[in-house]
Amino acid sequence: MASNASRRTLRTIVLLYLAILIGLPVVFLVVKALGSGFGAFWHEITEPDALSALKLSLIIAAIAVPVNTVVGVGAALIIARHKFFGRRVFDTIFDVPVAISPIIIGVALVLAYSRIGWFGAPLERWGLNVLFTPLGVALATMSVSLPYVLRSIVPVLTEIGQEQEQAARTLGAGRLRIFWNVTLPSIRWAVLYGVTLTIARTLGEFGAVLVVSGNIAGVTQTLPIYIYDSWDQRFDVLGSYSGALVLALISIAVLSILAVLRRREKKLLVDLA
Amino acid sequence: MSISLSHLSKRYGKTHAVEDVTTEITHGSLTAILGPSGSGKSTLLKLIAGLERPDEGTVVIDGADMTHVDPRHRDIGFCFQNYAPFRHMNVAKNVAFGLKVRKRPKKEIDARVEELLVLVKLQNKATSYPSQLSGGERQRMALARALAIEPRVLLLDEPFGALDAVVRAELRHWVKELHAQIHVTTVLVTHDQQEAMEVADQLIVMRSGRIVQSGNPLALYESPATDFVHEFLGPSTIFQGEVTRPHDLELVSVYQGTEKGRITSIVSLGFEAQVTVELSDGTSTWVQLSRNELSDMGLRVALLVGVRRRLDAD
Repeated sequence: MASNASRRTLRTIVLLYLAILIGLPVVFLVVKALGSGFGAFWHEITEPDALSALKLSLIIAAIAVPVNTVVGVGAALIIARHKFFGRRVFDTIFDVPVAISPIIIGVALVLAYSRIGWFGAPLERWGLNVLFTPLGVALATMSVSLPYVLRSIVPVLTEIGQEQEQAARTLGAGRLRIFWNVTLPSIRWAVLYGVTLTIARTLGEFGAVLVVSGNIAGVTQTLPIYIYDSWDQRFDVLGSYSGALVLALISIAVLSILAVLRRREKKLLVDLA
Repeated sequence: MSISLSHLSKRYGKTHAVEDVTTEITHGSLTAILGPSGSGKSTLLKLIAGLERPDEGTVVIDGADMTHVDPRHRDIGFCFQNYAPFRHMNVAKNVAFGLKVRKRPKKEIDARVEELLVLVKLQNKATSYPSQLSGGERQRMALARALAIEPRVLLLDEPFGALDAVVRAELRHWVKELHAQIHVTTVLVTHDQQEAMEVADQLIVMRSGRIVQSGNPLALYESPATDFVHEFLGPSTIFQGEVTRPHDLELVSVYQGTEKGRITSIVSLGFEAQVTVELSDGTSTWVQLSRNELSDMGLRVALLVGVRRRLDAD
């Protein structure tokens, strides 16, 4: 057993580490963003390009999150409830987007959807451009945030087992009713948890989006790209800090929801025990 | 409603869970499928329910071939081993589920649920959640939920397995009473021979996926078809190379016994005693005696005794 003193030392080291890694940078960010007064900060974030970037980020999230939630729930049910040849492969494919660097996703998308790619030319004939458009940004974002809902649900589905669903079936319920009245209520907290992770990832994605978007201010710039652009290309340091602070605040809000959900889920598990 | 199974087989990979099972379950009976774990008894129950599909054979319920009918259209009440309560619904909603699916009018549902809760003695628990119920209460809720749809057949998978001994005995008694009251054809699966003998009026004994013997419990106990059934249905020992019930043997003086031997242990279990005797041929057998017999004969370890079949046995 660790003595009080060594425990205190350990705690101090961890706190120091967290401070260096997260605390200080965030503090500096807040100080820098608001250092020239709230008016300057407000001016920066209400600038057209900033607003447009924020809007695009929210729109992309509004598309990617529902799509990946539906796909995630469906795929989770398939993986947890059906045995079929190639299930392992199917299961693993969902992890590919988070296992490899987002930049690779971006490059792969460019290869697939550029004019010389497999899908680019045919789609262009249909009048559909993917690269350097919000559509491409949406695709890249959906790709990198694919597995979060799935991964949150599968363990819960496996844990609760199939018997409630089978019981409902012997009582005369059809597939849809079983899903809405039996399965979904049992996994709802896990779904919400997965959705929150998906939102966080969707809003924050940088690498894949940067490659696919072409970085066109006011058109394909999401908030993270805007922050990078202000910093690196336009030397608008205050704009960069201000955008970063907005993004950080959104993420903190999402994380707070996550923390509440975790507690609800824990309580639920205790109820079910 | 009678159930007839013919040539039912179910394999998982290379394992034969159920192998060529043919049997008839009579209308209104309370049948126990009895067997050790891995004998295929639960699989057989799930085949009747349609929760598993047979590789071969047919399931006929009340004259209609149900082999390829989805469980939701079979009109069966199924109770799972761990009850499978809908954990996010209260007791009343659990019981009402099957009726809601059938789109019965709300008034009718409410009345039926109340009636069932009285039947299973849970009328005070209508708004409780499954997590707030004891094991026995959960089991009774699961029964009420299954009975709500007025099933043609009630199937119970190890219904008392997860309960402690006292609740188990109570519930066993209660299920027997319930069956006498509503007379729905009931099939239950158990590995506990005492439970099966006490509750059921028909027994099906299974081993390695096959039916070894079926019939009424007493007949099976009295004339088991194989040594396995003999050993499985009650206490047994080997005497003169044959499987026999220890209460069919008695201890007498050395000269009166058909075999003689030395007592190696005496275990007293209240009203009965188990006396183990090592016979002169080196084999060991045990004899079940009443407490009075034990004290009257003044038996003790190391005593030389004779062993023979009781005259009234067989």
